[in-house]
Amino acid sequence: MLTFIIRRLLWTVLVLFVITVVVFIIFFKTPGVDPARAIAGRNPSAQVLQEIREQFGLNKPLPVQYGLMMKSIFISRDLVSYSNQGVKVVPEIAAATPATLSLVFGAALIWVVMAIAVGVAAALLRGTVFDPLLMVLALIGVSAPVFWVGEVANLITQGTWHDTFLFSWVPPLGYTPLTQNPLLWFKGLVIPWITLSILYIGLYGRVLRANILETQNEDFVRTARAKGISERQVLLRHTLRTSMITFVSLFGLDFGALVAGGALLTEVVFGIHGVGYLTYQALANLDLPTIMATVVYGAFFIVLANTVVDIGYAWLDPRIRPT
Amino acid sequence: MATLLEQAEVGPQLTSAVVGRNPWALAGRRLRRNRIALAALALFLLIVVLSLAAPLYAKYVAHVNPFPPNLNGHTVVNGKVVAVMQQGGGTLRLGETPIGPTWDLGHYFLGADSLGRDVGALLLYGGRSSLLVGIGSAVLCCLAATVVALIAGFFGGTVDAVLSRIMDVIWAFPVYLLAISISTELLTHSNGFQFGPLHVSASSLWLPAVIIAFIFVPYVYRPVRGQVLAVVNKEFVEASVAQGAGNMRLIFSEILPNVVSTVIVLLPLMVATTILTESALSFLSVGVQPPNVSWGTIIQDGTSLLYTRPWVSIAPGIMILLTVLSLNVLGDGVRDALDPRAKLRVEG
Amino acid sequence: MTGPNMTGEPLLDVRDLKVSFRTEDGLVKAVDGVSLTLFEGETLGIVGESGSGKSVTMMSVMRLINDPNARFEGEVLYKGHDLMTLNRDQMRAIRGTGISMIFQDPMTSLNPVYRVGAQIAEQIRAHDHVSKQAARARAIELLAAVGIPQAAHRVDNYPHEFSGGMRQRVMIAMAVSCNPDILIADEPTTALDVTIQAQILKLLRKLRNDFGTAVVLITHDMGVVADLADRIAVMYAGRIVEQGTRREVFYDAQHPYTWGLLGSIARLDRPKPRRLAAIPGQPPSLLRLAPGCAFADRCAHRFDLCDEPPELLERVDGNHLDACHLEPKQKKELRETTIHPELIENAE
Repeated sequence: MLTFIIRRLLWTVLVLFVITVVVFIIFFKTPGVDPARAIAGRNPSAQVLQEIREQFGLNKPLPVQYGLMMKSIFISRDLVSYSNQGVKVVPEIAAATPATLSLVFGAALIWVVMAIAVGVAAALLRGTVFDPLLMVLALIGVSAPVFWVGEVANLITQGTWHDTFLFSWVPPLGYTPLTQNPLLWFKGLVIPWITLSILYIGLYGRVLRANILETQNEDFVRTARAKGISERQVLLRHTLRTSMITFVSLFGLDFGALVAGGALLTEVVFGIHGVGYLTYQALANLDLPTIMATVVYGAFFIVLANTVVDIGYAWLDPRIRPT
Repeated sequence: MATLLEQAEVGPQLTSAVVGRNPWALAGRRLRRNRIALAALALFLLIVVLSLAAPLYAKYVAHVNPFPPNLNGHTVVNGKVVAVMQQGGGTLRLGETPIGPTWDLGHYFLGADSLGRDVGALLLYGGRSSLLVGIGSAVLCCLAATVVALIAGFFGGTVDAVLSRIMDVIWAFPVYLLAISISTELLTHSNGFQFGPLHVSASSLWLPAVIIAFIFVPYVYRPVRGQVLAVVNKEFVEASVAQGAGNMRLIFSEILPNVVSTVIVLLPLMVATTILTESALSFLSVGVQPPNVSWGTIIQDGTSLLYTRPWVSIAPGIMILLTVLSLNVLGDGVRDALDPRAKLRVEG
Repeated sequence: MTGPNMTGEPLLDVRDLKVSFRTEDGLVKAVDGVSLTLFEGETLGIVGESGSGKSVTMMSVMRLINDPNARFEGEVLYKGHDLMTLNRDQMRAIRGTGISMIFQDPMTSLNPVYRVGAQIAEQIRAHDHVSKQAARARAIELLAAVGIPQAAHRVDNYPHEFSGGMRQRVMIAMAVSCNPDILIADEPTTALDVTIQAQILKLLRKLRNDFGTAVVLITHDMGVVADLADRIAVMYAGRIVEQGTRREVFYDAQHPYTWGLLGSIARLDRPKPRRLAAIPGQPPSLLRLAPGCAFADRCAHRFDLCDEPPELLERVDGNHLDACHLEPKQKKELRETTIHPELIENAE
């Protein structure tokens, strides 16, 4: 098992390396684009262009350029955004991370609990009207674009019905750090949490229900029943335990993707200044250094999540553990 | 008295035991019986037809050209001529506000956007772009992924290892970030691209279509490759090889037909995914570019009007919701129709 | 206790059991009026091909069929109580302790994520209030009793770490852990090699002899029941077509289907036939059963009476039942030509 983990980690490092190379190529080597100009943002002065050329070694061979870029992101962490008044990018990302983590952790908690409830309920209530009802709701959750749901939520909670008792507690859009004002932190995150989790409740509820129904037809569940153990035990110890394997691995991947900046739509719509929001702003301003750094940050988390999921999967399913 | 052996040579009369039926015919029958899936298909086709009819609507019903700004225009509401951009209108009474929905098909059905344009007509044109990009990229994606999966699964070994690793790397990229990065880069080329004799303008719908197709290739590749591997190891393929079948024949006659059903199940779901992705990218201004509009861009345009003229943002979202919902339901129906396990197991 | 106790009340009394399934193509009559009795300590073999209804019969006895499209009629008396009328908890109390079942494929029948010791202990603790350690100790005992070497070590292994034959032994250990009155073995050796087959059958015989468990052995292979069964029931198309003691069925078979089964066994102790006799044709579709004898279409000896459904009656003596309209005298002659065609050939 240990060699398996080590091999996976080495593979992770390799993939990260390849990703950074690809990012480098995209931003530095697209034909026809002068990287210095692109990095400098709007209306660069000749002096700024010269600075950039030196910092990134744009006149030097490719591997050197790559090395310099990596250095400024990881080691000296002095990658500077030229379109944003010389703000240091890496600390900026670090400062934005708590917001993203708050959003994603909260939403994940809600969606896991609700998805399990929905999935199990739909499977148990199969044959009644509740099963298709739950599945239709789940399907709607999956089919609505998350940024639109957020806008509609804002419309309702900030606009039309803001003055009613239902939503008067909703603070204006934005994020308040937990350490600054816990209550406000919470109140400001409730609607974003719900918005973000709707999609995933739908997705995971459906997946879980399908898995449970499939597993219930498995031979070993039949054996479990033949052994005379209670229906509840059959559900929990046999059916659910096996169905959750897929659920857990999917969860790991999605969670990782969200932390990596995949929640950017939600962050933008609700004005939460997390990593996703940062990415979006960088995008709007064509702020290349920030975009590069956020992509590398994001890729790192995704690859990490993939690795954790792979290792976790082996732990959950003894059949695929390497002997 | 004839022995059983002799009887066997004569050939007994049999009541038909198992009637052999073409699995595609079976699937088609099952799908046709699934009324919900058929309703979903009908809804989807309706949306497609409406979107394709956008130019007809614009020209003959609404009498507008919805693309250029129309800040000084006028239209007819309840028989009265009103300005499209109202002074101090809306609940906030700030500055200029476009008119809201008139619910009159001939005149600014859903109102105007901040440039005075007819939202209803834009909505249909937006559908055109969204659907073209969505369907186009899904088809491209499935084609590309199937080809790569066939090669990887069939040839195995190093070829498979290399291709799968490449897929893993693409997969590792955060989907939106990859799309955004590529789009950003490409957008700095405002004059378009030259691929040999082919010129692709920066606002072409092909760009978002290809980008979206590219980022989802690993997503389709994995299950298709899994299916290819399952089939490659089956005995009927070995039998074919023993008969001297060449690689091309093996791939096209033996493996591909058995893999096609996996792709068919994935297709409606992929279209749903690509439409959602396109709308998100367009919302972020890195998807469909002006002068084209898509549902995502209209939602973006509507955010500044969210509290005064909410319909500009709400309507395209509803369209996306309905389209994706119908595709998801259809996808479920197709999967149930093609899944052999859907038939009851009667054990002997 | 070595011999069956055929006096007194039967342990299991199945009376006119009918099981049908509604499918999209119509009503499938999987079991069409089956009556069986099983006495304490006796071994009953149920023989038939796929689709004959043998598994569905015993699964219905255990009430393990959860299909909402299934319909049940008839009575299943176990120690005097009709199992068909029991509620879930009452049935649960019988499963595993009163009646136990082992299945065909031991790989898929064991939960892959739990160790085998835990799975055996789970059954024990569901019925007896013992501690975890006591259950585990008992599990080790059971594994040793079924012939698993190093039981104390292997109790912590996962199912995939055992070979096929070993896994089936684990299943058997689990099934007998609570000393059931009846053990139902549904094709226990079908998924195993022939050599392992013999070992498993030997194990079943040993357990039966040591504990006096009544065994129902379901199989399609006459060879499997030749050694183990006290009585044999032959099933075809959801009905019993012949039933009697082992001697009676093997040496005085009355039904043409049984002859076909016996004749298709390759024998080492007889002259080699030109061709192995096979029963021509296919099993009938359970959707469209002929009104008369279900076997008539494949029977070489069909005559006009066969359009009437034959009843399962004692036509020869006491407990030997069969469902064929032919006269016993005719049957004797015809039997020889069917089972031993090589005798005819050599005579010619």
